[in-house]
Amino acid sequence: MPLGKIKDMQFISLGYNYRELMFDEYFIGSIWRSIKFSIVTLFFELSIGFILALSLLSSFPLKAFFRSVHTLPLVIAPIVVGAIFKLFLVNGLGPVPYLAKEFFDFKFNYMSSENFAFWVLVIMDVWHWTPFVTLTLLAGLSALPEDPYESAKIDGANNFQIFIHITIPMLIPVLVVVVFIRLMDSLKIVDEVWMLTGGGPGYGTRFTGIHIWKEVFEKRSYGYSSAMSILYLYITIVICWFLYSVMVSRGKVDED
Amino acid sequence: MKTSKTLYKTFSIIIWSILTFITLFPIYWMILVSTRTPVELYGKPNLSPTFFEKIYWKNYTKPFIDGVFGDYLLNSIIIATSNALIVTILAVMATYALSRFKIAGAETIFFWTMTNRMAPPAAFMLPLFLLFTKVFKFGDSTLFDTKIGLILLYCVFNLPFAIWLLKGIIDGIPKELDEAMIVDGANLFTVFRKLIIPLAAPGIAVTSLLSFLFAWNEYLLATTLSSVYSRTIPTGLSEFVTTTGTEWGTMAAVAVVSMLPALIFLALVQKYIVSGLTFGAVKA
Repeated sequence: MPLGKIKDMQFISLGYNYRELMFDEYFIGSIWRSIKFSIVTLFFELSIGFILALSLLSSFPLKAFFRSVHTLPLVIAPIVVGAIFKLFLVNGLGPVPYLAKEFFDFKFNYMSSENFAFWVLVIMDVWHWTPFVTLTLLAGLSALPEDPYESAKIDGANNFQIFIHITIPMLIPVLVVVVFIRLMDSLKIVDEVWMLTGGGPGYGTRFTGIHIWKEVFEKRSYGYSSAMSILYLYITIVICWFLYSVMVSRGKVDED
Repeated sequence: MKTSKTLYKTFSIIIWSILTFITLFPIYWMILVSTRTPVELYGKPNLSPTFFEKIYWKNYTKPFIDGVFGDYLLNSIIIATSNALIVTILAVMATYALSRFKIAGAETIFFWTMTNRMAPPAAFMLPLFLLFTKVFKFGDSTLFDTKIGLILLYCVFNLPFAIWLLKGIIDGIPKELDEAMIVDGANLFTVFRKLIIPLAAPGIAVTSLLSFLFAWNEYLLATTLSSVYSRTIPTGLSEFVTTTGTEWGTMAAVAVVSMLPALIFLALVQKYIVSGLTFGAVKA
């Protein structure tokens, strides 16, 4: 329903918009796509970030320089990251399609298939947000107390055991924060995707945020999009609250 | 033992060099594109740096001096700076209260204030658009397409985050210091001004800069709630979405300029950013 004046609005039964949502395969599809994207990026960012944070704990030459450079993507606006990757990957301009053609005889076009576009976005998100995970975990790791490590070594634990039974449990509060923030952010990703793929090709990268945006400003279906927004907000809160309680309660059990 | 250590060091350096290359190369390419003429961009990508005399300044002057991007830049500066100021002042006071006084429901208040951060902006877009255009009417004027509207809106999003960041820092200042000052006859405001602010200064600096960055980088709400007079740099950049061919240089130039505050920010807080990023999860 296009929106006229407020006083012209009519109350239609609560069920109407929401019932339609449940059978809207594009909307449900976009939710699954968003969740898949969040889990995939979270997995890569956490594992790469953890390894990098561990490597930053020991000292090696030029460490400070490397760390500063690594911080750089963290502060760049998402839409600028989208622009950077567009200039980098677009056909006829960027070096990547050119090199792919020259050396592997591969026609690089990130808009050629839905899957390809999805994974290009995953790479972009990992490029953008791994530094955040690294730095936060590094801060957490360097604040851990020394004593448990010493007693574990005296008791004859090897490095792997120390890592599993001491480092991970003590790091849980920080891990909660990281997972929490990254999940929140990647569930609501819009800017970069809009800049790079615009939600295409087809429905391949139409995450929920973009889906709602298009419904609002292209189809002007305000009532229906509001219902989508409410449902999506609800889903996000439930996921985050669930994760939050699970991880916080596990952290408490381990402390006792 | 010694050889394995050298091996580890070499390995770290190699890995981190590759990472640095991956991080810097796309940015380097964008800067290169912004210095080239459309003709130079055609064909085989040329990765060597542009000489200073050969920089094609028109990419920068065309949008910022001849075009409207100068206004967008000014809007961005005004909005982000005022937002950072308001957020910092309010957040420091609120956090002090939350940290020192008993307030009902203070444990869960954080989760619920954070919900506006976790909600997809798309969920806010429509209600905000309606509020800004139809509900908040002051005579003939609305908040839609005004700078003050965006400033207030960013405060709503930034405040919970700022409070969350500051909570850990202000909690870390021992209560005994407060009490000692009060015993000596200082009132609450003096304690706040003479004790809390100086001790939490690094945290406050990080918080205000992060608020500034959020407002500077925000795109979705800015583009929804502005049409002509309050457009910011990111909304301007999105006008290049459908760009092809001759506009690449201009697009890169706009992107470079909107990246600048980020670089300045990074240089300023490099020292504090690691300790500030734990969001109070680690009590050192």
